[in-house]
Amino acid sequence: MLAHNGIIILLTLLLALIATIIPMPLSVDAFRPDWVLVVLIYWCLALPSRVNVITAWIIGFILDVLLGSILGVHAAALAISVFIIAENFQKIRNFSIWQQSIIVGVLAALYHLLVFWMQRFISDVVFLPSYLYPVITTIILWPWALLLLRKIRRHFQIK
Amino acid sequence: MSPIFKHGPSAQHRLLLVLICSVLLIFFDHHIGSFETARGYLQSFVSPLQYLATAPKRMMIWTAENLTSRKDLIEQNQSYKVNELLLREQLMHLSDLEKENNRLRSLLASPLREETKKMVAEVIAVDSDPYTHQIVINRGANDGVYEGQAVLDDQGIVGQIQHVGTISSRVILITDVTHAVPVRVSRNGIRMIATGTGQIDKLVNNFVPHSTDVIVGDVLVTSGLGGKYPEGYPVSTILKVNQDESRAFAQVISEPVAKIDRLRYLLLLWPNIKNAEPSAIKEEKK
Repeated sequence: MLAHNGIIILLTLLLALIATIIPMPLSVDAFRPDWVLVVLIYWCLALPSRVNVITAWIIGFILDVLLGSILGVHAAALAISVFIIAENFQKIRNFSIWQQSIIVGVLAALYHLLVFWMQRFISDVVFLPSYLYPVITTIILWPWALLLLRKIRRHFQIK
Repeated sequence: MSPIFKHGPSAQHRLLLVLICSVLLIFFDHHIGSFETARGYLQSFVSPLQYLATAPKRMMIWTAENLTSRKDLIEQNQSYKVNELLLREQLMHLSDLEKENNRLRSLLASPLREETKKMVAEVIAVDSDPYTHQIVINRGANDGVYEGQAVLDDQGIVGQIQHVGTISSRVILITDVTHAVPVRVSRNGIRMIATGTGQIDKLVNNFVPHSTDVIVGDVLVTSGLGGKYPEGYPVSTILKVNQDESRAFAQVISEPVAKIDRLRYLLLLWPNIKNAEPSAIKEEKK
């Protein structure tokens, strides 16, 4: 994991985790993009041999601890979302940036729905449309995250 | 050097493995609750990340506090002085009342109310997860915080301690769906339970018969039943009472008194000193 500047991958993931828990005003908070999911999807598309389902699960587990949710909920949802990417990375890589955005949006929606379903199964939460607001910001975030992370990957020659 | 043919287990096997792990974790964490101690360690393990995440906000608060103008400070100081005068007057009155109450209680041979130990804590992180209402505070096992401890702000009950780390701990708020507070109407002493709804400004009181005497504006205070919360602290005010006879129970909605969405300084309570200092008890036993 750490060879070939792999530490940079870890650093970007840690930054994404911090961005997920950074305090925000309540109105902005509902629109917080899924930083962790976006970064994981990028690394899984770029280096599927290094970042895969298990990495996603471990990061999801840390996210569970940070967010105080039941352990394993975000971990499972992230693992399933990244699994879809890991299975289709060769196709998705060749899509245009906008098509990729839409795919990332669908995955983000799936991720939120998975988390909601698991929470619904565990405790009686009710669905609010606001749970899906982050999908919009995640779609907007993807092109910028892609360009930035690609630059980082090329600069540090992460293989 | 990425190989064309993947080695190691296939993605399906990996997914299956982690999903089994997740199901086991969810089962053991939720249904059996066997991760309480592990949670404490994990909480201490991730607290550097939380401190890092809140660093920009703390810096901004620090700058704002250090850049206040002289005029503002003088104004603030004056308002504090006036406030203190008013509070002191109330305190004088209160101490007199307390003595009187204690005398009456001793006449009735009921137990006296004990002094409580208090500690101020600061919020260091608020969760961005919409399904759970929790915050992290900067007090932990080192300060004697224990699980199930009551947490207040200057208005009323905020929640209770859920997981204790070494230097930080997690508070579950009264608005969380999985949380409920035993309360009574302060006007007439009717007992109820205020359950969280997952919305920051709403608590719901279930199983209230139609004939119950509650009206909009009633203040609900903790009843002290259940042993978690000390008695008599305000929790919420009644917002809506819907006595629809076609339903089995009246719908009673109340609004938390504490400003749940703008918490910063909190108060931790040790209801009886005995609980707060277990070491002292041990020494006595010896």
